[in-house]
Amino acid sequence: MSSFAKFGNELYTGKRSYDFVGAKKIWFTVAAIAVALSILIPVVKGGFNLGIEFRGGSEFTVSNVKTTESAVGEKAVHDVVPGSVPRVANVAGTTMRIQTDKLSDDETLKIKEGLTKAYGVTDNEVTSTFVGPTWGADVTKQALIGLVVFVALATVLMALYFRTWKMSLSAIVGMLVTMFITAGVYALSDFEVTPSAIIGFLTVLSYSLYDTVVVFDKIRENTADIDTSSRRTFGEEVNLAVNQTLVRSINTMMVAILPVGAILFIGAGLLGAGTLRDLSLALFVGILIGTAATIFIAAPMYAWLRQGEAPLVKQAQRVKQRRVDAAAKAAAAEPAKA
Amino acid sequence: MARTGRKKPSLRVLVWLGVILAAMTAVLAGGTMSGVASWSPKLALDLEGGTQMILAPKVEGNSDINEEQLNQAVAIIRQRVDGSGVAEAEISTQSGRNVVVSLPGTPSTETRALIQASADMNFRPVLVTGAGAAVPAAQRTPAAQLPKPTAKPTNASDSNWITADIQKQFEALDCDHPAQEKQERSDPAKPLVTCEPATDKTPAIKYILGPVEVKGVEIQGSTFQLQQGAQGAVTNEWAVNIQFNAEGTAKFKTVTERLNQFYVAAGGETGSDPKSQFAIVLDDQVISAPRSQAVITDGRPQITGGFTEKSAKALSDQLRFGALPISFDIQSEQQISATLGGEQLRMGLLAGLIGLLLVVVYSLFQYRALGFVTIFSLVVAGALTYLAIAILGWTENYRLSLAGVAGLIVAIGQTADSFIVYFERIRDELREGRGLVSAVENGWKRAKRTVLASKAVNLLAALVLYFVAVGNVRGFAFTLGLTAIADLIVVFMFTHPTLQQLARTRFFGEGHKFSGLDPERLGAVPLYRGAGRLRSPEDKPSVVRAKNTGAAAEAERRMTIAERRRAEQQEQLAGSSKGPAKEGK
Repeated sequence: MSSFAKFGNELYTGKRSYDFVGAKKIWFTVAAIAVALSILIPVVKGGFNLGIEFRGGSEFTVSNVKTTESAVGEKAVHDVVPGSVPRVANVAGTTMRIQTDKLSDDETLKIKEGLTKAYGVTDNEVTSTFVGPTWGADVTKQALIGLVVFVALATVLMALYFRTWKMSLSAIVGMLVTMFITAGVYALSDFEVTPSAIIGFLTVLSYSLYDTVVVFDKIRENTADIDTSSRRTFGEEVNLAVNQTLVRSINTMMVAILPVGAILFIGAGLLGAGTLRDLSLALFVGILIGTAATIFIAAPMYAWLRQGEAPLVKQAQRVKQRRVDAAAKAAAAEPAKA
Repeated sequence: MARTGRKKPSLRVLVWLGVILAAMTAVLAGGTMSGVASWSPKLALDLEGGTQMILAPKVEGNSDINEEQLNQAVAIIRQRVDGSGVAEAEISTQSGRNVVVSLPGTPSTETRALIQASADMNFRPVLVTGAGAAVPAAQRTPAAQLPKPTAKPTNASDSNWITADIQKQFEALDCDHPAQEKQERSDPAKPLVTCEPATDKTPAIKYILGPVEVKGVEIQGSTFQLQQGAQGAVTNEWAVNIQFNAEGTAKFKTVTERLNQFYVAAGGETGSDPKSQFAIVLDDQVISAPRSQAVITDGRPQITGGFTEKSAKALSDQLRFGALPISFDIQSEQQISATLGGEQLRMGLLAGLIGLLLVVVYSLFQYRALGFVTIFSLVVAGALTYLAIAILGWTENYRLSLAGVAGLIVAIGQTADSFIVYFERIRDELREGRGLVSAVENGWKRAKRTVLASKAVNLLAALVLYFVAVGNVRGFAFTLGLTAIADLIVVFMFTHPTLQQLARTRFFGEGHKFSGLDPERLGAVPLYRGAGRLRSPEDKPSVVRAKNTGAAAEAERRMTIAERRRAEQQEQLAGSSKGPAKEGK
């Protein structure tokens, strides 16, 4: 701890400082490339790997199977619907998942029976899900409405709280970057996109904004009397604020990601696909990117948006002048001493 | 500083929190003892096992469905499911667009068909009525005497509709013990043998009905009111008014003209010819079969007789909405085995436990003894949330789903976030050289704002998710929102007052190295170093001024000691060959 506390102290006093704001061009370029890739990847790959909720169809989950062979499940489906191409996978431990095209009620019941026998389990251990073809469109539409409503309300909320639309805009840009890159990671990794993943995704947006609010609060505090100060330029004040909250950013990210990691570990490792895994995967990726986006995108963006304001340009000149004066004074003092 | 004055409020706040927790526990305990509540939260189907169907209403034609209609649809489905003998079914609307039906176990094909079918209302004339019970086999009409209609029926009230088959069916029907499974929908062009189920006041009645004469869609509206007497004075009798559309008005006029003849022929009010009755049939069951006492030419019949306000409203609602031809498409259906549900609950709890443990370990590692404050705060937040969920399960029938459990786990991190924001602020204040007591106060003042703003974002997200999203999102959003509120309560009523108290202890106040608030480790330059130690010149004499004068206080606010030192260093640096460009790096 002591070294981490020391790290925090040095960041706080400015003894140790990372230039997030000054190097904004680099970060913006990196982010722009990442966002462009995130848009391109799904286009090139032909879209996301959509879960059954979006494709429509039937899915069976068989727990505590005696054998994890997929041929057994395929045969059980073929016996009922000869032409179908079921996807059979061992999702975790002794759990099998069988996905098929849309089935009639009758076929569902028969396949359920067949799977019960084939995998040597009881009736209680087979779960079936049927998803109609329009359900996915419904889920997508609602998620998009949710997204738009949330972004709109959050923008207003933050503009009111920070009393400047520039902070609000920067926070939203940071959030959008998080959103695109998280989606890009999803497309790249071929993780299945399910409604649960989308919940996780929407929650990531809230986390991303939450993180930004905390950092921006410190920025606001540091720059409250920027007009009368000639100590640092606006950009430098923003950068100091980001540095001063860096330890907090790391700590909050850690405590947010630890429980999510636990769900991910349990969900993916022991349960296989399902609500827990899909949700936590989106959160895990999103929290990491969201924290980074606040530091590398949102804060520098805010400094950049405001650096052209007339009072701040004047202030920056004062800072420069003071430094030149101080340097001259020091230079004058030195030979006198010698 | 009002050091002594602050002790009391913080203790009082803690006591209040205790009172809130005790009150919630008492409420739940009361509910549990009277058998209506339970100590454990109710579980949703994905954890308990069962079937969940999400249905989208489908209206014939292009008309949109409004929320009132959807609620009525839910009421209709509930009646059907209850009628089919499935216990503990839960039917609710979702986002004002869908209907969610949750049933334990696996529904039969019949139940599924029943749920999906549209409400089917129509009016049929009554041919024969009888007591609800089945006619004992010995007393049934012998085969030779069964009716053999000789002519084709001329109108819907014609007795020639009653064939031998219909008669046999009628006698065998037992309305006192209705069959659980419903048969196919009846043919509107044929007679129907059916029941009017028993109510609190009236026993079951069975009927032979003629073919459909007026369809439910021809009802334009229905109201209920207290009946007006002959002099226009309001009586104590409730009445239900129906209003038909043009087509319905014409048809209903023809029907009442015919039925009224039977009524008059049978001797008016004293008579009892069943043929003067018309039956209002919903889903092939008679909901009411009033006698036609007048010819209705304006399409506005009024039904009277023995209604209470409640029963009048019920019939009126049924007429109004039951006439709506809504059927349902199954959007998604999940049958979760109890095994999988149980396993998911176990795993969910395990994940929560691991997550909690990791957060605890990390907090202790980062914040030492202060980590215990985090742990206790999480415990209090957990208790609040648990009680709230159990109470909501009792009062609002809230059920915890797997997504809800995930929301609770995710919330562990989000709750701990607030403490970190607060602790880091206190550390910042310590770094500025404040004593712990004032560092806690000042840190709180600043952290409070941040915590409130960031929790507002969390709550906003939870609300948006809850109201617009579909499927299992709601459970997640609900627990997320609930824990955000619990978090606020805990930060304000537990964490902060606790720290105020702890700041006065020697362990924390003197900055023990395991306290997590050791000023030395935090690089603080204390205002007073104690034991006769003097400040070294580098410690900035300005601090002395800062203590005394207002102007200096402002100066201090602008530039912390450490910052000032750094500025000095930089000024020196600036004088060296490196130049001012290096500033801020």
